[in-house]
Amino acid sequence: MTETPMPLWEVFIRARTGLAHRHVGSVHAADAEMALQAARDTYTRRGEGLSIWVVPSTAITASDPADKDMLFEPTASKPYRHPTFYTVPDEVGHM
Amino acid sequence: MYTQALNQADVDPVGTEEATQLARFQARIDAEERIEPNDWMPEGYRRTLIRQISQHAHSEIVGMLPEGNWITRAPSLRRKAALLAKVQDEGGHGLYLYAAAETLGVAREELLDQLLSGRAKYSSIFNYPTLTWADIGAIGWLVDGAAIMNQIPLCRTSYGPYARAMIRICKEESFHQRQGYEIMLTLCRGTPAQKAMAQDALNRWWWPALMMFGPPDAESAHTAQSMRWKIKRFTNDQLRQQFVDATVPQGHYLGLTFPDPELRFDETTGHWRFGPIDWEEFRRVLAGHGPCNRERMEARRRAHDEGAWVREAALAHAAKRRRRAAAQKIAAE
Repeated sequence: MTETPMPLWEVFIRARTGLAHRHVGSVHAADAEMALQAARDTYTRRGEGLSIWVVPSTAITASDPADKDMLFEPTASKPYRHPTFYTVPDEVGHM
Repeated sequence: MYTQALNQADVDPVGTEEATQLARFQARIDAEERIEPNDWMPEGYRRTLIRQISQHAHSEIVGMLPEGNWITRAPSLRRKAALLAKVQDEGGHGLYLYAAAETLGVAREELLDQLLSGRAKYSSIFNYPTLTWADIGAIGWLVDGAAIMNQIPLCRTSYGPYARAMIRICKEESFHQRQGYEIMLTLCRGTPAQKAMAQDALNRWWWPALMMFGPPDAESAHTAQSMRWKIKRFTNDQLRQQFVDATVPQGHYLGLTFPDPELRFDETTGHWRFGPIDWEEFRRVLAGHGPCNRERMEARRRAHDEGAWVREAALAHAAKRRRRAAAQKIAAE
């Protein structure tokens, strides 16, 4: 391949106002403006969104799946962070 | 729209990989966990997926050609708008799938290069010509119908990005099949000549559509591994039978006959039994000797070559704007 690779962009779409943008896939494009246009053609042909974000894929830093236990396991041993850990008598009613 | 089990998974010799990692991987698969891009995976799993997903993507892209042939000649504005939207969907599906394949560490440029240099395969069905308008009906009804049978189980395939792409594709695919069937229905309710055109299209597309599910299970040596990895959920023959059972009554409703003298309903099993498939033809078309293989590849190469200056110009323009923006920033500081 002698051709310069087209930069890769991650695409996020807000389906409705009030919802967060959600990752839907990626596109290749020379710049941000063309990435937006490509994302619009590729991912919103049926009214899937009201807003699009495109982010250069290289700008995303991801956690390593191998660190999953180290990062997330400690929360499993902290049930006192959840409301159901605490006892409230029925007579007190909903709290 | 069209995966075909052309791809024979090459299975890795287990000795080269950590047996414990393999066991852990299989345990995750067995627990119906999805595998995500950065997770550890056996090389064979990665290679099988890259090949399957990219062949699927190539099929979508090449699949735009036989139908594109009829956009300018669609019989009404309604049909033209629908066909244009369908062909645009195929392009979109190709892009979802290339994006999914890229998460496995292969560049889209490399995948395209494999297609254009003839190293990669695509679904054999697109090497048949679209001779009449009825072919557009038959393709939507049969080819997209077969594709849907293949793709619905892929929404639960074990690799996350592939499964997510397939969910989007399946949602969009149903319109394709319905618009095709509607074309067939309209022709079958038209003049005798129009009905004959529909019959002729069914005659030509029926067997190639059955071949879309790939070789029989007995000859598909690696189906077992793909099933173990839950890349595939059903075998080629199971899916083919499901397709025949669903499609034959639809054809009878149209008042058409299937080009298979052995086709009969088996009361005891509730399945439609069909005659032998000409696998020699399948292998011939796959090997590049179908009616349109050369034409399809030439069209793809031409489109790629003629678009080269656009890609170069877009990159040059982006680079120039970046340089200007950087220069302005320095000047402002």
